[in-house]
Amino acid sequence: MKRQNRYGLFMSIPMYIFTLVFVLAPLCYMVLLSFLTRAEVWGVVNEITLENYQNIFTPVYIKTFYESLKLACICMVFIILVGYPFGYFMARLSAPWKKRVSMLLMIPFWTSALIRMYGWIIIFRSNGILDKFLMGLGITKQPLKLLYTYPAVVVGMVYALVPFMIFSVYSSAEKMDWSYVEAARDLGASPIKAFFTVTFPLTIPGLMSGIVLTFVPSMGLFFIADILGGNKVVLVGNLIQEQLMKARNWPFAAALSVTLMLLTSVIIWIYRKVAKVKDLEGFY
Amino acid sequence: MEQSILKLQGIEKKFGDTKVLKGIDLTVEQGEFITLLGPSGCGKTTTLRIISGLEQPDIGNVLLAGEDVTEYAPEKRDVNTVFQNYALFPHMNVYDNIAYGMKIKKMAKAEIQERVVEVLSMVQLSGYEKRMPSQLSGGQKQRVAIARAIVNKPKLLLLDEPLGALDLQLRRQMQVELKRLQKRLGITFIYITHDQEEAINMSSRIVVMRDGILEQVGTPDEIYHHPRTSYVAQFVGNSNIVTGEIIKKEGNLFTVQIGKEQVQLMDNSKKELGEQVAIAIRSENIQIGRQYKNIGLSAIVKEKNFAGGMLRMTLTLKNGKELVASRHGIDADGEEGEEIFCFWEPEQAVLVELSKQTADSLRLGKDWEGKNEKAE
Repeated sequence: MKRQNRYGLFMSIPMYIFTLVFVLAPLCYMVLLSFLTRAEVWGVVNEITLENYQNIFTPVYIKTFYESLKLACICMVFIILVGYPFGYFMARLSAPWKKRVSMLLMIPFWTSALIRMYGWIIIFRSNGILDKFLMGLGITKQPLKLLYTYPAVVVGMVYALVPFMIFSVYSSAEKMDWSYVEAARDLGASPIKAFFTVTFPLTIPGLMSGIVLTFVPSMGLFFIADILGGNKVVLVGNLIQEQLMKARNWPFAAALSVTLMLLTSVIIWIYRKVAKVKDLEGFY
Repeated sequence: MEQSILKLQGIEKKFGDTKVLKGIDLTVEQGEFITLLGPSGCGKTTTLRIISGLEQPDIGNVLLAGEDVTEYAPEKRDVNTVFQNYALFPHMNVYDNIAYGMKIKKMAKAEIQERVVEVLSMVQLSGYEKRMPSQLSGGQKQRVAIARAIVNKPKLLLLDEPLGALDLQLRRQMQVELKRLQKRLGITFIYITHDQEEAINMSSRIVVMRDGILEQVGTPDEIYHHPRTSYVAQFVGNSNIVTGEIIKKEGNLFTVQIGKEQVQLMDNSKKELGEQVAIAIRSENIQIGRQYKNIGLSAIVKEKNFAGGMLRMTLTLKNGKELVASRHGIDADGEEGEEIFCFWEPEQAVLVELSKQTADSLRLGKDWEGKNEKAE
């Protein structure tokens, strides 16, 4: 037993090194960066300051955080509405169909997310595929001008993130013992009642981890807001990217990142408190 | 006459290409304790699921207290099930599990509480209301599952191998308790098991199933003492089956020729001279001696082993078939390899119909190993 433990420790050394070099070190560097002062032309100077964090509390940046949260919440609603039923019904499929459907869900991931977003441009732009389709059917008279609007960003976000929700609900529903539902039916519950009293509560862990898996990235997926929203939708992700790449204000970008990280950590912490589960589906 | 509580009429069911039930007809009266007995895959669980509505028959009708409920969903039937794996809702405590059915029916809170308390004391789990299923032992889960079903006062309680996962001691104890509970409640029980001892202990009637048909329906006494077929004789009574031709019939006393030897038995069967028949003799009724008699079979002792207070002797007959004799104690005539003579009292053997399965492989005296396998 002891021997095995030692062996296990030995085997996990590469993992610790990897975490140290590629996760912990950059994180520390970023936190450090956020307390330094921006240099005149390039890089930073070693003067410790809290100014970066103070800057965040200017109304325009607060509003960006607020907008990001709002968009993430709106996306979340749609992700749940699409992802939960999808994951649930996928778990009810026969084994070969489960494989086929999950394959279909995986295929888009082989292409860069950026390129897939350009695909949406083709669909959404004036006289694009969607317009032609709707006008061809006579449902709309003129182009909808959907591209570079808020709904376009929401669609893009939901599209990009919904597979994560599907898979976590799926893994939860898949594991559920169907005899619970049969027991509920046997005890007098209609199919709908059995769903809400048994299936749904038992798949909440999957739903919750789906929420964490999609909510956190939806605050930071700047390129979707960029590509499908034009300049109209500015999220924290966009702000960080701009500060880093365009304004060259590394310390401020770092401070924004740290704040975003803290915010999402708080959300996960609240989730754990509320859901009273120790394990998130997929985070063991 | 009072309406039968349950009637199954010509039930047939296929899963894919496999016909699981091949025409089940069964009538159950109010207050009976019926056991469906049979090995894994004989269709007993499917029969139960058809009664509860969790499965639909392809052909046939299910009548509950005279009403045709074949098309009814499970929630519309006044039937509750104790599932094999208990199926207690893991996210609810004992109280909520038991109250589930009543909450669905929107009964008054006070009444729900009263009935939960009552039923918990009935299964001797008072004070366990707040426990979660994960905090219960197997036996306790079993009691909660039973409580959750009987609290709804169903017309019919279905129990799918409810004691299958418990150890022997607990099983025996629960058998007694279940029987007592059934008498006290007066609810009709339909009970599934593959354990013939359990079936004989508990039931008012036993239904022996094989390959989707009812092999025999009768009281434990009938099934044990008057098996209709060789299958029932082997499955329920661990009987040996030998085949031969009737050469003499005096009233109820039949003399049957097996090879060059003769055996006798008492039976009120209408079989005639010259007919080929199968005879069932339970292993404990086979007597062994060294002295040759006119009536009986000579055999060679192939094996002797001692288990559970019983000596089991495997005997090889002249025609190559095997027979198992067993007796209490460790002494018996005949050493391994020795030729001995075996016989029985005529009234301890019965004529049975040869079931197809037995006819296919008439391995005489075969101990029915399959019967203790855990059912699917």
